[in-house]
Amino acid sequence: MKIPNTLRSYVNGQGEVSVQGATAGAALQDMLAQFPAFRPHLCKQDGSLRSFVNLYLGRSNIRDLQGLDTPLNSDDILNLVPAIAGG
Amino acid sequence: MLLELSRAEILRYSRHLLIPEVGLDGQRKLKSASVLVVGTGGLGSPVALYLAAAGVGHIGLVDYDVLEESNLQRQIIHGTSRVGTLKVESARARLLDLNPSIQVEVFNEPFTSANAMRIAEPFDFIVDGTDNFATRYLINDLCVLSGKPDIYGAIYRFDGQASVFFAQQGPCYRCLFPEPPPPGMVPSCADAGVLGILPGTIGTIQATETIKLILGIGSSLVGRLLLYNALDMSFEYVKLKKNPACKVCGPHPEITGLIDYFEFCGVPGLDHPEPATAAEWNISALQLAERLKRGDKIHLIDVREPHELAISHIDGAQNMPLGMLAAHLGELDSAQEIVLFCKSGTRSARALELLLSAGFRKVKNLQGGINSWALEVDQSMPLY
Repeated sequence: MKIPNTLRSYVNGQGEVSVQGATAGAALQDMLAQFPAFRPHLCKQDGSLRSFVNLYLGRSNIRDLQGLDTPLNSDDILNLVPAIAGG
Repeated sequence: MLLELSRAEILRYSRHLLIPEVGLDGQRKLKSASVLVVGTGGLGSPVALYLAAAGVGHIGLVDYDVLEESNLQRQIIHGTSRVGTLKVESARARLLDLNPSIQVEVFNEPFTSANAMRIAEPFDFIVDGTDNFATRYLINDLCVLSGKPDIYGAIYRFDGQASVFFAQQGPCYRCLFPEPPPPGMVPSCADAGVLGILPGTIGTIQATETIKLILGIGSSLVGRLLLYNALDMSFEYVKLKKNPACKVCGPHPEITGLIDYFEFCGVPGLDHPEPATAAEWNISALQLAERLKRGDKIHLIDVREPHELAISHIDGAQNMPLGMLAAHLGELDSAQEIVLFCKSGTRSARALELLLSAGFRKVKNLQGGINSWALEVDQSMPLY
């Protein structure tokens, strides 16, 4: 999973985190298990992603696929795309 | 009805006229076009410069800031001789020097729900060169409601994003991000820093998209979000789709007029740019210096990033970056008095909230951060 600059402080500054899971949701949970302090910033109480961040599989938003149930292959790259505001 | 070009203009734009995709008709489209650039900072600078150079006939500029020296590392429309003057006036002078034949209209006022419709009304295209979420949502909603394209760009340190949000043809900004991040979660350039050339890259892409839209050529970024990483020198695209539940451009919109965007983003309005920290939790640089001088036992915690310590530091302070603070709360003694500080007081205000919510009571925030210490206590210390 690729981590953008804005969110790297929650994953010890890493640009990429190796995650495991058969679905996008499972991969997300694996990442949050590795960095539990990230959870409240990234997810709502019900476990869904907060509205200022999108999870992409390749060029597609998982929201336009099967959401957190989107199946993954072993070499897939997930990309977190957050809102940024600098100008 | 397109405006005609003068003899001098034909000579000036000859390199455009040679391109079949532009040609005489394209240049007349540019001359007849009107573009509002909101923000004359890092993004607005290259946008406005290239639009003026290209011969866009009517350019509007919105900003209410005064030019500061620390702007010049990236805001290339301005110059050192104009520090202390209004940004819109500095920008207008530069644009008219570059191209005296265009019309530059300036709005020295914050862009808000109260004036946005009036300011934007005569313009066909709106370029988002702002630096905050509240104005970005305002520009999006304004463009959806008035049927205009929002030529979007945003930056953070080494990362940039660009797109064209045009609800008549594709998704809007709210389709992608229905709500902003919690206040303070995504730091501003003033707090986090930004690579000076980054807005040059993204702003130039915004100007390119604007010119393509005016000319009606090529494939625009409608329906695509460009993700740029300067460190990797990578450009990636992701697909954007209309969100059927979008509150402003969806089939059943809840937002049918401009709203209070400060409230929506959970941030203080323009009258209160700093986080509202109650006075009882604040300490001034002079008060802190006095108390340290008389030997009071105070645990000074510097919540800046480690690399900022090389710029300035206060002797005896412990460095504990804001992002690490939550994990180290257990190491702090709530019985001892704590003073938190950062560069200018924004990050330490968040640290204060964290400590207060964890039950700490003998804790204060150094108002104005280490920069106020450099102004009031130790003038040999650099400001940044």
